[in-house]
Amino acid sequence: MEWLSMKLWSPYAVGVGIGILSWFTFLVSDKPIGCSTAFARTSGMIERLFRGSTVAEKPYYVKFAPTVDWEWMLVAGVVIGAFISAKLSGQFQLQWVPDRWEVSFGSAISARWLVALIGGVIIGFGSRWAGGCTSGHGISGTLQLAISSWVAAICFFIGGIVTAMVIFRLFAG
Amino acid sequence: MFTGLHSRKGVQLALGLMMGVVFGFLLQKGGVTEYDVIIGQLLLVDFTVVKIMLSAVITGTIGVHLLKSLGMAQLHPKPGSVGASVIGGLIFGVGFATLGYCPGTVGGAVGQGYLDALFGGFTGILIGAGLFAALYPRLEAGVLHKGDFGELTLPQVLKVNPWAVVIPAVCVLAGFLLALEKAGL
Repeated sequence: MEWLSMKLWSPYAVGVGIGILSWFTFLVSDKPIGCSTAFARTSGMIERLFRGSTVAEKPYYVKFAPTVDWEWMLVAGVVIGAFISAKLSGQFQLQWVPDRWEVSFGSAISARWLVALIGGVIIGFGSRWAGGCTSGHGISGTLQLAISSWVAAICFFIGGIVTAMVIFRLFAG
Repeated sequence: MFTGLHSRKGVQLALGLMMGVVFGFLLQKGGVTEYDVIIGQLLLVDFTVVKIMLSAVITGTIGVHLLKSLGMAQLHPKPGSVGASVIGGLIFGVGFATLGYCPGTVGGAVGQGYLDALFGGFTGILIGAGLFAALYPRLEAGVLHKGDFGELTLPQVLKVNPWAVVIPAVCVLAGFLLALEKAGL
């Protein structure tokens, strides 16, 4: 069982594993793998805590009800699965600033936190605008050969590559 | 064969959790719960993300279409439009590079103990999704339906048997991965 505690698997083994997992999500649950809708639902649940049940009447939450569903549980599972994997390989550690960030922008927690928060807002907004994320469009949609998903996935990478180049070539210290 | 299972809510929630655990485990083992790996991909110096995604897509395309041909699964292509998929996709990309995680891998990064993912990324995505919900009525009435292309798949657009697209698509994607390896990336 040494492979369970390895730090890194071949990307092809991981990819094939995710592909096979998608067979099962379609077969057993009639669902494509996806993650970003769960964030929209959770956001609605949090808003409901503060503003009451009328939140569920907002058009977006009529479409995506603020409740725990299959995909919400999937995202919860991702956190647990990554935790188990990292624990088994001894990689679990509380860390604020990633290495590649630190090399270019220093070790200040506040700067990394703020940029991650802004990035999170943008990607959360963009994923709902595009109707999916790297998993829902990038893997599940493309494997169904959906037009919307191929277009979105290509745009994810165009936007991502240009922005990463700008951030790391122009702003890096 | 499993259609009876699809409507059993409690069972499905448990299955969703189990499948998520497998997904998160794989993402962590693949290294894509790391900011460094995702940014490395977007800076075009580390092709792990593309290798994982394309091998997942190749495997998934063949298997899911086989299940569909056997009448054991249904496809669920998402709707899209130029306004939604292109503009939304580009906004997503800007966030992707700024955050260094995506909505799935950010969960994995949280599980691995990364606090920028928890207090920055995870929190930010919730705010961003809430913001979108607030603006949704206005966007829905305008930009989101500009250049609609509907819930269509490539075989439907080309009016051909799905396998006539599946096989060439799989070959092209596999060829791309081979070319990456040949180039030493």
